[in-house]
Amino acid sequence: MAEGQAYSKKVMDHFMNPRNMGEIENPSGVGTVGNAKCGDIMRIYLDIDDNQVIRDCKFKTFGCGAAVATSSMATELVIGKTVQEALNVTNKAVMEALDGLPPVKVHCSLLAEESIHAALWDYAKKNNIVIEGLEAPRVDIHEEERQE
Amino acid sequence: MDKFIYLDHAATTPVRPEVVEAMLPFFTEKFGNPSAAYGHAFSAKNGVDKARNIAANALGATAKEIYFTAGGSESDNWAIKGVADAYKNKGKHIITSKIEHHAVLHTCEFLEKQGFEVTYLDVDEDGLISLEELEAAIKEDTILISIMFANNEIGTIEPIKEIGEIAKKHNVIFHTDAVQAFGQVPINVDELHIDLLSASSHKLNGPKGVGMLYVRKSVKLSNLVHGGGQERSKRAGTENVPGIVGFGKAVEIAFDTMEERTKKETELRDYTLKRIEEEIPYVKINGHRTKRLPNNINACYRFIEGESLLIMLDMNGICGSSGSACTSGSLDPSHVLLAIGLPHEIAHGSLRLTLDHNTTKEDMDYTVDKLKAVVDRLRSMSPLYEDFLKEQGGN
Repeated sequence: MAEGQAYSKKVMDHFMNPRNMGEIENPSGVGTVGNAKCGDIMRIYLDIDDNQVIRDCKFKTFGCGAAVATSSMATELVIGKTVQEALNVTNKAVMEALDGLPPVKVHCSLLAEESIHAALWDYAKKNNIVIEGLEAPRVDIHEEERQE
Repeated sequence: MDKFIYLDHAATTPVRPEVVEAMLPFFTEKFGNPSAAYGHAFSAKNGVDKARNIAANALGATAKEIYFTAGGSESDNWAIKGVADAYKNKGKHIITSKIEHHAVLHTCEFLEKQGFEVTYLDVDEDGLISLEELEAAIKEDTILISIMFANNEIGTIEPIKEIGEIAKKHNVIFHTDAVQAFGQVPINVDELHIDLLSASSHKLNGPKGVGMLYVRKSVKLSNLVHGGGQERSKRAGTENVPGIVGFGKAVEIAFDTMEERTKKETELRDYTLKRIEEEIPYVKINGHRTKRLPNNINACYRFIEGESLLIMLDMNGICGSSGSACTSGSLDPSHVLLAIGLPHEIAHGSLRLTLDHNTTKEDMDYTVDKLKAVVDRLRSMSPLYEDFLKEQGGN
């Protein structure tokens, strides 16, 4: 279990005791990124109030220990933030909050960032608003499948 | 964590205490170089000779046909590169399968770059090659067939005797990577028409860093390691005497205990497979159900990923292995699972558990109980499972 041993205590904690795992009914936004073919899919649910503050965030993840831990940490980092602030939760911030990731697992933190963005994008689209600096999600499983 | 259930014996095994005991004198008092001329070194030479006789007897071969190596990978490399070089004037075509160990596949890919042509045979959903396809693939310039005895991931045992007969009929040399099978199933190289066979010590409770290559007397084989006159000038380097002695002892015990040991393991294997199949939904058992190594349990658990599964089992004191991309360090799941036709997302959720003679029913009951809980938990976290349930509900 080389990979397991390479994880920090924080990663192991977020993997074994994930925060905010689950679904939100009637979410303000949902984003799913990743690809089952590559072995990881993350889904983020956002509950956003009228002042554009993230009241709640939940996740579901198919993937390795790092994938679960980064999504768990990402939910913790965005809850209570405005949608604009949530945009600044980068993969680097997620990694730092987890005391680092093994090099081969850095892409998991990118997926975490991307899944938050995808959920925000869904929220913006539904509400016809523009979140400054937010781009269309790059990683869409269905799009990727078509490309292959 | 007090619990420790080691179920990764296909990866490696602990050295038996009797084997360690047999090795110890060869580190200290019997440390001599077997090539030396004085009396003191004879005991080292005798130790190597004894191990060679044991290995030869185990295969129904002669001692002169056994060459000790540094392990299974070296044996595979030597067999394939050695035959390719020795017979390159006869032909440059090699036949192997898509589910070989990387020691065979990467060696074949290396030879392709040197101008050899390699046919990689497909396998069916159980991992068996087709004898018809094998025979059809043989050409005028085919010099070697290399098909594994049993697969390391899914445990499927290939039709070795039939392959040997086809090879013999067409006058093609037949090598088999028996790293997983040696010590688990009876092997007689004459009855099975095997010309070269690779085996490894640490898979059968011997030390790491030792293996062997059986080479039929009539087969020409170029050297891989050039140098001194060891191993009848075919494999240079001062012998790993303690390792070889330990290997010999391990082979002796493995063959003495084979019948009773594999019977027990087979029963436990089938009991566990049955429990998994009956008690965990959306499971796909991998590998042939009966043409299978006695100690191999391999299944895919849909909607979850293998590395997560391994870590959670590890937290419960259970050691297994997986063919998921995350455990291999690449983006693709195991080539074996893809070759038996599994889609990527299912192949990512594979778990291999390999038993040994010390594994008990209690161990396997505990493992299946924990496995059920871990699979449930990971599925509750999985967006794939969520989507699946919604689709089911919608239909």
